[in-house]
Amino acid sequence: MVSRTTDDYVAMALAGCEAICEPAFWAGFDRASEKGFYDYFRQITDYEPRRAAKFGLKHYSWLCINPKEAEDVSLAEAVLALIPEFIDQPNVLGIGEIGLNKNSRNELKVLEMHIDLAARHDQLILVHTPHLEDKLKGTKLILDVLASDSRINPGRVIIDHVEEHTAPLVLDRGFWAGMTLYPESKTTPHRAIDMLELYGSEQVWLNSACDWGISDPIAVPKTALEMRRRGYDAASIDRLLYQNPASFMSQCPKFAIDGFSGVVGA
Amino acid sequence: MSEEKTPPAAPNLVDLGFMDARIKAIDIAAFFDRVQRHGQSDDYRVAALRAALPELLSGETGRARRVLEALSDQSEEPIPAAVIQGAFGAPRPTES
Ligand SMILES: [Zn+2]
Repeated sequence: MVSRTTDDYVAMALAGCEAICEPAFWAGFDRASEKGFYDYFRQITDYEPRRAAKFGLKHYSWLCINPKEAEDVSLAEAVLALIPEFIDQPNVLGIGEIGLNKNSRNELKVLEMHIDLAARHDQLILVHTPHLEDKLKGTKLILDVLASDSRINPGRVIIDHVEEHTAPLVLDRGFWAGMTLYPESKTTPHRAIDMLELYGSEQVWLNSACDWGISDPIAVPKTALEMRRRGYDAASIDRLLYQNPASFMSQCPKFAIDGFSGVVGA
Repeated sequence: MSEEKTPPAAPNLVDLGFMDARIKAIDIAAFFDRVQRHGQSDDYRVAALRAALPELLSGETGRARRVLEALSDQSEEPIPAAVIQGAFGAPRPTES
C-alpha cells in the first residue's frame, strides 16, 4: 500500500488478513506526466508485493489512471498506452479503480477508454464511484456506460463505494457491489451490515480504504467483530468477508490464496 | 436474498446503538446552534442538511437512503468539464 507504512501491514497480518488488493489511485497530487505513472505501476506490480510478502501478505493490484486525473484526455491516453506492458504481471488482477469523480464529459470518455482496454484484454474491472453529492449521478452514468458495452459481463465488474442510495442500483443490474469502510464518508461497519440485511450478501464485498486520508486498514476485521455482536455466526461472516471477495477475484486465474478452493457454497 | 438477512439471534440493537445515535443527535443540534451563533446558517450545505433532517422523523424505512438522496446532485447530464476535484457533501446551488 503505497500510502502506508509497514505498521499497517503488521496490523493487517495480525488481524488475520491474507491478501491485499490495491487499486491504482490518486497520489494525493496530480502527476506531471505519464512517466510518473510508469514508476507508480512498477511500484504496485513489483515493489509493493515484495514489501507485503515480508509480513506474510499476498499483494494484488489494479491498473489505470484514476478518475481524479482523467480530465486531461491526452495524459490519459498516454497512461493507458503504458498499461499493456504491466497487465501480465503476476499480481495484476485487472483494470481499476476507474470510474468518475466530478461526472464530467472527459472523465466519461476516459472511463470508456478503460472499459475498452479491459474488454480487449479480458480483464476484471474495479470501479470507483464519486464522493458525496456526486455519487448518485456518477453511479448511474457509470452503470449506463458499462451496460452499453456488450462485451462487458457484469459479474466480472465490481462497483465500489456503494451506499444505501446506490447499492440496489448496482446489484439489480447484476454487478458486484463494494462497500468501503471509511471513518468520514462512504460507510461504517453498522451501515454496511444494515445494507446486507436490506439488499442481501450475494455479489457484495467489504473493503477498507487505506489511502492518504484518515482511514483504517483493519476496518474489515473490525466489521467482523460488529457482525458477531449483532448475532451473525462465523459461517456468515466468513462467507461475506472472505469467500465473497475471493470468489470475485478468483475469476482472474492469477489470484490464489491458501484458504480458498475457488468454490463458494452460498 | 439470502438466509442471513435476519441474524439468527438478533441482540438488543438499542443497547448496541442508542448511545452512539444520542451523541450524533446532540452533535447535529450543537452544530446548528454554532453556525447560527456565528451567522453562517445560510450556507448551502447547512440548508441542505436542514432540508434532509425531516427524513429522520419519517415513519417509513429507507431513511438513510432518502437522506443520501437529499444530499445528492440530482442532475443527469455530465458536466462540461471538471474544474475542481473535491466534493462538498451537498450539491452547490449551481449544480442542480
Ligand atoms: Zn475509490
